[in-house]
Amino acid sequence: MVLSSFEIKERLERILLRVQKPGRYVGGELNQVEKPWDSVYTHIGLIFPDLYDLGLSNLGLTILYETLNNRADVLAERAYSPWLDMEEMMRQAEIPLYTLESKHALADFDMIGFSLPYETLYTNTLNLLDLAQIPIFSNQRSSQHPLIIAGGHACYNPEPMSAFIDAFVIGEGEEVIHDIVDAYQIWKKMGSTRPELLKSLSQIWGVYVPSLYSPRYQPDGKMIGIDKLLDQAPYPIRKRILGKLPPPPTHFLVPTIDVVQNRISVEIMRGCTRGCRFCHAGMITRPVRERSTKEIVDAIQESLDNTGFEEIALLSLSSSDYSQILELIPEVSRRFAGQHVSISLPSLRIDSFSVDLMEQLKNNRQGGFTLAPEAATERMRNIINKPISTQQLLETVRAIYSRDWQTIKLYFMIGHPSETLEDVYAIADLCKAVIVEGRKVIGKRANLHVGVSTFVPKPHTPFQWVACDRMDQIKAKQQLLKKELTGPGMKYNWTDPEETLLEAWLSRGDRRMGEVIYRAWQLGAKFDAWQDQYHLSAWQEGFRMAGLDPDFYTYRQRFLDEIFPWDHISPGVRKSYLAKEYQRSMAGTLQPDCREQCCACGVLPDYAALRRQYPGKGWKCPDVSPRRTQPRVLSPES
Amino acid sequence: MERLRIQYAKTEPLRYTGNLDMQKAWERTLRRSHLPMAYSQGFHPQPRLVQACPLPLGVISVTELVDVWLDEDISLDIIEPALIKALPPGIEIIQLSLTGLQEAALPTQVIASDYLAILLESISACELENRIQRLLEMSQIPRERHGKTYDLRPLVEQLMSIPEKDGYIAVFMRLSAREGATGRPEEVLAALNLDPMAARIQRTSLILKNN
Repeated sequence: MVLSSFEIKERLERILLRVQKPGRYVGGELNQVEKPWDSVYTHIGLIFPDLYDLGLSNLGLTILYETLNNRADVLAERAYSPWLDMEEMMRQAEIPLYTLESKHALADFDMIGFSLPYETLYTNTLNLLDLAQIPIFSNQRSSQHPLIIAGGHACYNPEPMSAFIDAFVIGEGEEVIHDIVDAYQIWKKMGSTRPELLKSLSQIWGVYVPSLYSPRYQPDGKMIGIDKLLDQAPYPIRKRILGKLPPPPTHFLVPTIDVVQNRISVEIMRGCTRGCRFCHAGMITRPVRERSTKEIVDAIQESLDNTGFEEIALLSLSSSDYSQILELIPEVSRRFAGQHVSISLPSLRIDSFSVDLMEQLKNNRQGGFTLAPEAATERMRNIINKPISTQQLLETVRAIYSRDWQTIKLYFMIGHPSETLEDVYAIADLCKAVIVEGRKVIGKRANLHVGVSTFVPKPHTPFQWVACDRMDQIKAKQQLLKKELTGPGMKYNWTDPEETLLEAWLSRGDRRMGEVIYRAWQLGAKFDAWQDQYHLSAWQEGFRMAGLDPDFYTYRQRFLDEIFPWDHISPGVRKSYLAKEYQRSMAGTLQPDCREQCCACGVLPDYAALRRQYPGKGWKCPDVSPRRTQPRVLSPES
Repeated sequence: MERLRIQYAKTEPLRYTGNLDMQKAWERTLRRSHLPMAYSQGFHPQPRLVQACPLPLGVISVTELVDVWLDEDISLDIIEPALIKALPPGIEIIQLSLTGLQEAALPTQVIASDYLAILLESISACELENRIQRLLEMSQIPRERHGKTYDLRPLVEQLMSIPEKDGYIAVFMRLSAREGATGRPEEVLAALNLDPMAARIQRTSLILKNN
């Protein structure tokens, strides 16, 4: 028996004052959309499987919330993970997971969409299905249960979660979500079976229905391949993209309590042409598509009017590469400076040009100036394809300190392929050189915050073949940095190596990993992204129960011709290109920015029809002259 | 420059919004209204916005006060529609007025606060009345809050039970709200041996010095 929204509200009132920050669990924010339950045909629950405080500002869900609620026949409502205290109270009072808007139980919805941007949300996803009183395994759900879908960057390797999710969205959600809703509505009108629904969803470009495929393994655990269980199931499953970015959302929810990234976010472009070889986002979000300056400025104005926020973030993977940046920043500064608004511009290139840009946005609320060199030796920079000379970095930090910034934040990564202790020492030396520059310019006021994360090889990147550093190597490198990066003005942060381990297991996991996730959750793993909540022993026990060797996923160097669990998912960038890039990396050869010259990653031929539909400047792939000597190969695009 | 006094009700959608976040809610409301809110001077300018008296988390109110300074002199006829259009769920305007720039700060003017606590737990009217009488007869009520002991008794100015609709019963209390001597409604409920978390509490009135 599912509780009614009235019963849920009544029970909630008796527990909310007993938990921390009850404002997380009640909704009611400005710009929340409320529709009478019976006024729409399809009810959709959107879930970010972590705390409200982290999920509220998630841009992906903000986009889906707005676009779905713009439909008259649909309502979309939200839910997040309750914190441990609230979960305990809810289970005690038998309150199922409910949406913040109408307080309906999630089990009453037609469809539930999970946002899975990273792997450490997997156990929370299982926990929320359980809390919603919905069967956790896809094959235990019937037509009576909501359809469970998921999307986000982690879904580019959907296999570890494929036992729990009915259908994954691979790629960009803005259009495909409507196709999914349409297919669902047709299915519901016909009163057909659940397998029929899944079959029809599988025919939508960008949708992956895992139950229509079955993987085969060699005795040693490596993949042989994945078989289709239905003739018309697509192979490969091509990611969905938009030829042109739609207008950005402007009706941001304004929280009634303090949350992380309590601000307006405007995506100025999607994709990146830099080709850093470790970067998952840089590979899977190609091609680069930009919004016009006018569209961005109008969206900021509209969002400010709608929300009253005092902070704006201009988002992209590489802001300096936005082709109209020299128009955009002065315009933004002219329009919004003096309105007590602070504007942040993340992911800047390491050069004095970036300092000029930031200078224009400077205001009294400014924090530090952030740069991400990622590596400190030329050898390592060539391997990861992020070439910045040390001299250029030092010139840039000098410029930053001399223009009144007192704090610089530098981000590095350890554990890159073939990294030695020398490369790590170089990070420490470079940081010391930076603080010396700061001293010269502003004396003891100069601060340097160094954040060092640990590299995790990701699917669909040139490094998908490489082994991770072992725990003792990571710890030795971190120890070294900890010892070296001390002294006045210097602050050092690092990632917990155990958390890195979990990310490494899950990101290149296969379908068998589902059992590990399930067991780990049963043994109490949840909130894995929270350092203080992390249960390493539950995961180890999960591997043992599933009969799998965790080292197989992390510490194994793959052969170049190995078949991967995610090979049937196509992000446009081809495996053959990634292999070539991997080999170039080992040779220390740089790959120039593909804006200058096409590097033939595969996106252009795969999306040729879409490109033709949207000619012009928004799409940043360079023009490629057709080959004269060979007949053109037609793309597999329909 | 002018000083705008806003009397408003804080309703259910903002019930679990604390004092600091209420400040933010007002700041954003004024930003949306495009009224020329004044900011403090200095390196970190803050909006000039002063609330009368913090409301405990979980308590709604039929009457709250906040003073806002505006950089320009604007008539209430213009302010009112701009403000109303910009309100978030959970704030309802009761009255707007302009007040003297030199008037004392709102928090120093408040002397007491009335609360009505509707009890969700079942208790007979007679039993409640007995407990209230016993409490009022005490000369001291030592209580502990955040590790400090204090005497609740002098902070309780009035206390009585009131029948409510749907068979509920409520406790009315007038508590001192002077600086350094502020009574909290949930403390009074606890002193009455009632579960403060099983009560729907609202502030019904703010008593200012000159009233």
